Amino acid sequence: MSDARSDIFARIREALKVKAPRPHLKAETSSPKTSVAAKPWLPDGGESVEASLQILSEQLAKLKAVLIRVPDHVSAARALADLVAQKSWKKVAYHGHPIIQPLVASLPCEAWEADKSFDKQRLEGCDAGLTTCESIVAQLGSILVSSQSSGGRALSVLPHAHVVIAEVSQVVPDLGTSLALAKARHGDTMPSMLSYITGPSRTGDIERILVLGAHGPKELFLILVG
Amino acid sequence: MADAKDIFLKDATVNAADGDQRAFISKALGGYYTNRDLQKARYRDWERARDAASMAKWSAVNDLANVLEKFVTNFERNGGVVHWARDAAEARTIILKIAEDAKAKAIVKSKCMTSEEIHLNDALEKAGYGVVESDLGEFIQQLRGEAPYHFVFPCMHVKREAISELFTKHLGTAPTDSPEELTMIARRHLRQLYIDADIGITGANFLVAETGQISITENEGNARLTAALPRIHIALSGIEKVVNHLDDLSVLLPMLATAGAGQPMTCYNTLYAGPRKPGECDGPEQFHIILLDNARTRLLADPEQRDALHCIRCGACLNVCPIFKNIGGLAYGTTYQGPIGSVITPHLRGLKQWNHLSGASSLCGACTDACPVRIDLHHHLLHNRRNAAKESPTLFDRVFHNGFNFVIKRPWLFAVGGRLFRATLPLLQKLPLPYMSSWMKTRDLPKAPAKSFRDEWKTQENV
Repeated sequence: MSDARSDIFARIREALKVKAPRPHLKAETSSPKTSVAAKPWLPDGGESVEASLQILSEQLAKLKAVLIRVPDHVSAARALADLVAQKSWKKVAYHGHPIIQPLVASLPCEAWEADKSFDKQRLEGCDAGLTTCESIVAQLGSILVSSQSSGGRALSVLPHAHVVIAEVSQVVPDLGTSLALAKARHGDTMPSMLSYITGPSRTGDIERILVLGAHGPKELFLILVG
Repeated sequence: MADAKDIFLKDATVNAADGDQRAFISKALGGYYTNRDLQKARYRDWERARDAASMAKWSAVNDLANVLEKFVTNFERNGGVVHWARDAAEARTIILKIAEDAKAKAIVKSKCMTSEEIHLNDALEKAGYGVVESDLGEFIQQLRGEAPYHFVFPCMHVKREAISELFTKHLGTAPTDSPEELTMIARRHLRQLYIDADIGITGANFLVAETGQISITENEGNARLTAALPRIHIALSGIEKVVNHLDDLSVLLPMLATAGAGQPMTCYNTLYAGPRKPGECDGPEQFHIILLDNARTRLLADPEQRDALHCIRCGACLNVCPIFKNIGGLAYGTTYQGPIGSVITPHLRGLKQWNHLSGASSLCGACTDACPVRIDLHHHLLHNRRNAAKESPTLFDRVFHNGFNFVIKRPWLFAVGGRLFRATLPLLQKLPLPYMSSWMKTRDLPKAPAKSFRDEWKTQENV
């Protein structure tokens, strides 16, 4: 008996002996690379840093994510402490990253470095997860986190709120640029998870009415430094 | 046993007469149309973006053997385990074996239509595993013991009162008419289940050949949790989900979100490369993928309809289809409803048994216009009708077509027939003719003209 793998490949090769016509396209592709060819057709991500930041802030507002702009890391620490106080968070889990560690030193609540001694039950009981990110896509308002930049897979999705600390230099205009950046950075050793987060968790499953916080965080904050 | 066609005709007739339900579905889709149009307007050229999306899928599907081979090599390099399944039974056997080897008890699933296709939940439950659907819509449908109504919006036909009653009955919660509160009930109920589950089962929206990653699109965060907390992650995917480059997702992900749900981007678009890696603090110890054929190669072998394998399951064709909106998703009796389901189901399950779905279309072409990857849906419905008539003509096909052929080749007979038809037209209204009576019930025939078209033509020519 032949195995399933070779059977399926034999079926595919047999099926593809007859060629299908190329689709009749209106578009003339300027490049074999999808993102380059499609760039002028997709939503705008801004041609300058200012334009991208403008689009990003509009997108985040529509997604009901909160953008907090601060000039430096000292004010970032203050903004974070204010947020913790305002939301009355008791327990915050964070990713042990050099950018984050100084921010949590003076938080008015319990702060736990989740990736040092991972415990899913304890993480579920946290009010917020605090992570860095890889890049931020202005075009779509998406934040790319990874299992490396965000203290694993669960920290950015299991606690009831998610706070991202990033620098303005991490904002890229569009999804194509962000994917290329991830590929250039990680090459053949991709993190086991890369996730584009676009607003707080949501569902429309009941009568197509929008509800935030289906299974992931109900609230998403981006503290953008610079 | 009633066949699929009889059941379909019966259910479709009942549902189409249910004005309340139709109004409810229309209302639910209203918000989708508004949001979809708002998001589409942000594209600088939606039509050309469709071309790019279609091309990305075309180039992968038409080179499937090579692209799939590349995906598998890279998936394994990332530390994942690949399994192949020729059909549904093989896929179920593989998953049961993984569960048995792992001595698993509890399984949590995120939305995966391919698992509906292979009736996975039944098989797992029969083998004694606790299986829970974590997507809110699928969770509700699982409690209702009903198949998904729409492959993107599984419980869009269920009113909040019914969901409240369902939760009271199964979860013992207090009744509420707030969608927010109902969502929170499911959230609280499922949280511990993710933590306790041994295995997480997901689908896959795209398989990226270049990097060996799988891409999963979702809004709720349930797939993220399903792939983060259990110690084993199993992904089940059709072989046609593969794309060449990571870069292709720069078009496919936003377009899937806009076409499918009127969003700029779905809330979580996640790429998985293997199980937990050294230096990572969480994630599963094992990552398996089951690559399923289940008659997809049969569709691949039809170059005319091969583009149906480009489908990214956004559901846009269902949302605009007048048939879907009137008869509802359950009447189809298929895993994939609406126009795309009517096109592919005859290939997956047999043309003779499922060709009636090709007739359930007004051929208005709204589906083809809505498709972000440009599948020629309404023409494929016609192709299926033609193929069915060729493959196994019904008595009506044979009598009618042979008769038509006979008459059309003989102009004198055509003229006599025409005269006879014009003279007897008023009678037709009253006769209980098969194929005609149901049409006539709600419609009046027009008055027959005095002259035939050919006679009229002759007169005009002489002017």
